Amino acid sequence: MIELTPWDLLIASVLIILLAITSLVLQLNIAKQLVIAAIRNVIQLLLVGYILKLIFASNNLFLLALISMIMLLVAGYEINARQKYPLKRWTGFKIGTSALFLSSFTMAFMSLVVIISPTPWYTPQYAIPLLGMLLGNTMNGISLGMDKLNQSVYQQRLIIEQRLMLGQDYHEVIKDIRAESVRTGMIPIINSMAIAGIVSLPGMMTGQILSGTPPVEAVKYQILIFFLISAGTGFGIMLAVWMISKRLFDDRQRLNLEILQIKS
Amino acid sequence: MPELRVKNLNITAILADLSQSFDFIVPAGNCLGVTGPSGIGKSVFLKALADMIPHEGEVFLDDTACQTIPAPQWRQQVTLLPAESQWWAETVGEHFSHFDAGFFNSLGFKEEVMDWQIAHLSSGEKQRLACIRVLMNQPQALLLDEPTANLDKENRLLVESTIAVYQTLNQIPIIWISHDQEQLARVCQSVLILSKHHYEIKNCTNKGVV
Repeated sequence: MIELTPWDLLIASVLIILLAITSLVLQLNIAKQLVIAAIRNVIQLLLVGYILKLIFASNNLFLLALISMIMLLVAGYEINARQKYPLKRWTGFKIGTSALFLSSFTMAFMSLVVIISPTPWYTPQYAIPLLGMLLGNTMNGISLGMDKLNQSVYQQRLIIEQRLMLGQDYHEVIKDIRAESVRTGMIPIINSMAIAGIVSLPGMMTGQILSGTPPVEAVKYQILIFFLISAGTGFGIMLAVWMISKRLFDDRQRLNLEILQIKS
Repeated sequence: MPELRVKNLNITAILADLSQSFDFIVPAGNCLGVTGPSGIGKSVFLKALADMIPHEGEVFLDDTACQTIPAPQWRQQVTLLPAESQWWAETVGEHFSHFDAGFFNSLGFKEEVMDWQIAHLSSGEKQRLACIRVLMNQPQALLLDEPTANLDKENRLLVESTIAVYQTLNQIPIIWISHDQEQLARVCQSVLILSKHHYEIKNCTNKGVV
């Protein structure tokens, strides 16, 4: 494998700087966000590189559990960070984190124990990248599904109340919105499965091939990852959407928008 | 034959201006008008009776207390017709289980109405269709929030008579919000006059509220 020097990365960073300058000139208002994201990216990834080095060397279950918790909590927080009609802070964090935990951790655990079976099963070299990919994708899915759900409910609040007035049960009233929200959250992963190999080479597989793994071996891992991610994302979104839609109605089946932070 | 009984109903928590507790009965087959200045909270009051907002006190349909049965079941029996109706599907027909010729014809619609686009309906058509939708639900009590506000005189009388026929047939109690004193005199036996922190119920004759 050809190793990259700091100079190689510096050359690549010139491209980002060029993009930032162009967007400043064209007044696109993304220069600041772009530069901050790029700097965060460098710091976070370098840090994680060294932390992974440590963890791989120690092969310690408690250290792994600790790092998994941090990953979970950050992803749980980020789910609610860019919502149009976010849930109240604590509610959103609780729902997001528990949906993420139940889906991603189950998938990661299952695939480690049943499918990949390294010894020990928690070998960090397998566990951490796997969990990371699951958490990242599930987080995106839940975040999109939640955004769609909250936005639809808020915009259709009068219709929802009208249907409740006619004596319809809340399950029936929210059914279509629920389905739409799950569909929205699943679009990215379904798209990337559909085009994988034809339009794009998935990132993980690309990485493995670059580091010298035979393509067919890399493909097998990629297929496994796609299936895990789809299942994890799908179940995670359903969990989150069901938990939220239950809380959107009170015990007398009245629409309860109090759980949203409405920006007026 | 159901009667609607309101006992110690209080919605101060929602509307600070309505601190009074409501206690009254609407007997089977009777209609109670509700009137009062705009913005006083007549619609909110009706929503409380349909259990659409949190409230203190209790509402009974005969001996059945609202809180003792599931909310959807209560709303099927004590149905609120809101001032502005909402429609969730593309065509009229998708909002009805079937075409009930009796109700549709009496409000001036033929069967082709089922294929009409919701987006093309006038506010008057929506109001008449919303009225049919509520009546086809077979309510045991009706809560009407200005059900004829968008209608011309002819359609106003059509709606009144359709509701009257259903009421006579099923002997249901009705609570009817209206700003139209003549209409209240036509349809109600008594009128609840709502004001801040206070209300009174007066009898109604053909000549108006006394």
